[in-house]
Amino acid sequence: MKKTRNLILSLITAALLVYGLTVLEAHRFQQGMLYSVMQKSAILAIAAVSMNLLNGFTGLFSLGQAGFMALGAYTTAILTIPTGKITGVYYMDGISSGIIAFKTFLDGAPGWLQTAYPFLALIAGGLVAAGFAALIGMPILRLKSDYLAIATLGFSEIVRAVIASPELNTVTNGSYGLKSIPKLGSIVTTFLIAAACISTIVLLIKSSYGRAFKAIREDEIAAEAMGINLMKHKNLAFVISSFFTAIAGGMLAMFMQSIDSSTFKISMTYDILLIVVIGGIGSVTGSVLSAFLVTAAKEWWLRFFDTPLTIGTFQVPLLRTGFRMVVFSVLLMVVVLFYRRGLMGTNEFSWDFFWKKRGAAATGGVGRDK
Amino acid sequence: MSLTTLMQHFLTGISLGGAYALIAIGYTMVYGILRLINFAHGDIFMMAGYFMIFAMSSLPWEISIPIVIAATILLGFAIERTAYAPLRTAPRMSVMISAIGVSYLLQNLATYLFSALPRPYPEIPFLKRIFQIGSVSASLVTFLTPVVAILLVWGLTQLINHTKVGMAMRAVSKDFETSKLMGIKINTVISVTFVIGSALAAVGSILYFTDRMSVNPFSGTLPGLKCFVAAVLGGIGSVPGAMVGGFVIGMFETALVAAGESTFSDAFTFALLIVMLLFRPTGLFGEKTTDKV
Repeated sequence: MKKTRNLILSLITAALLVYGLTVLEAHRFQQGMLYSVMQKSAILAIAAVSMNLLNGFTGLFSLGQAGFMALGAYTTAILTIPTGKITGVYYMDGISSGIIAFKTFLDGAPGWLQTAYPFLALIAGGLVAAGFAALIGMPILRLKSDYLAIATLGFSEIVRAVIASPELNTVTNGSYGLKSIPKLGSIVTTFLIAAACISTIVLLIKSSYGRAFKAIREDEIAAEAMGINLMKHKNLAFVISSFFTAIAGGMLAMFMQSIDSSTFKISMTYDILLIVVIGGIGSVTGSVLSAFLVTAAKEWWLRFFDTPLTIGTFQVPLLRTGFRMVVFSVLLMVVVLFYRRGLMGTNEFSWDFFWKKRGAAATGGVGRDK
Repeated sequence: MSLTTLMQHFLTGISLGGAYALIAIGYTMVYGILRLINFAHGDIFMMAGYFMIFAMSSLPWEISIPIVIAATILLGFAIERTAYAPLRTAPRMSVMISAIGVSYLLQNLATYLFSALPRPYPEIPFLKRIFQIGSVSASLVTFLTPVVAILLVWGLTQLINHTKVGMAMRAVSKDFETSKLMGIKINTVISVTFVIGSALAAVGSILYFTDRMSVNPFSGTLPGLKCFVAAVLGGIGSVPGAMVGGFVIGMFETALVAAGESTFSDAFTFALLIVMLLFRPTGLFGEKTTDKV
């Protein structure tokens, strides 16, 4: 009964969302800001949820997100830049012959492959990052909390330095960056991919693997004593998280259409961390909600902080370029210091929440068992 | 490569290493006591650079330097009191996020107040005087940096090993809870640690930026991370270790730049960190730790 009701409610919400997005897609030129904010939020939501899988559910404080996003973004970008434009992109040092050969081979591929190709490119980006994660995970996941943080941060910087190095000019175009990356279909596609990624992670968290992750988060030694293979599960969480982070990176490349190595600085990781912290470390719905709120506030609602404002003859103080980010950092500090649980704490959104309140009132306030 | 160029690179490396050593001490001391990577330390160092610009715009250098050191100490102390002290009993991840938050705040504040464009660093005339030894020539700051670093480290080890405050510091870093029971004022000890760390960062900043000529809001990030690596390399918690780590990182970086591999010099530092953590996680001078249930 309850399950059916929740399912129906979820389906209705999903249908409404898809309808709303289709309308938005039709009006994307009038609603340019809303359109791009929604798209960027959905992409960052994937990145935030995968960071949460690692930091919130497995208790591994990793700061390598930007590096994995860069791996995904560059792989996807190199694979999807159209053959006609590619020589224009690599105008400085020319392009590796392997990529050209691959592109010409692809242009002769059957139609269905061409349609599925952008998605395959995203997955390829994910697999590259997952491969790297598996490779470095073996050694570095043995490290304890802060050492792990600094080692992953270091990895992310290494990735950036290697991508920007002149030796790789014919593959990554070095420090010039890549452009002419084709967009990924409509906004509905972006949301569907985001939904698919996030629900996969949710299913994983709800499985026995997810319970093992949480056990590791609570107490490594106790988890090991219970028979959980620490290395195997830590590696699994790390690889899966990196896979989805890279998919978010690939989608970001398709959204921004041009990337360079400075896109994936440490501040990218910090931005995602900010989303996770504000949403609540250990809550998937919190991360998703906060990805939308933070992105909208940062890119749209709080824009006015950056422009000087004069009311009559009164010049409003403080408002000028950069003030928005100061407000944001203060907000982050307030959340960290006073609302450590963030928006959702470790709770998840559920339809029962609306019903339970009413039910609890009817039975005299008893019944909030959680 | 001729002997002259080799000497020139050696001097540059040892000078950079000296500045790194001074910053690395701040990391190693805070980590030793709070078990916290003070991500904001690199940004405190950056802010010290800006303080110098403003102090020097109206004051002579003799007065500016103490003012800059005092202002940096105040900043470090304020950060500790507002952002770290309330989280003493919180999980370590929260404190680390708070540190990242402070770093984010300082960078954004600097961008807002001083704009993201690099500002020229004032010249301190006597530090810039060129010295000539044989065929090798360098400014005074190049010779002075390692000397200042070594002297300060020597002073600091004396302080840690032979004074009451130093004894308290050693006790707190061994065991937080027990030293509290012994009547050590934990908060005072932690504040002293931050004061020393910030003061050294200010000195390091003056020496580092005099060579680099300009400051921007992000010029503290990478040196900060490298100095943390230096602290890990030397064995976190050990002051002489941090100094040795700083010199090693500075020398290697200069060597790579001299060899024409400057794009990889940052990557190398982190690769060194990962290798070090795998084979000798306690660093060159660190103490062994054991896992307790």
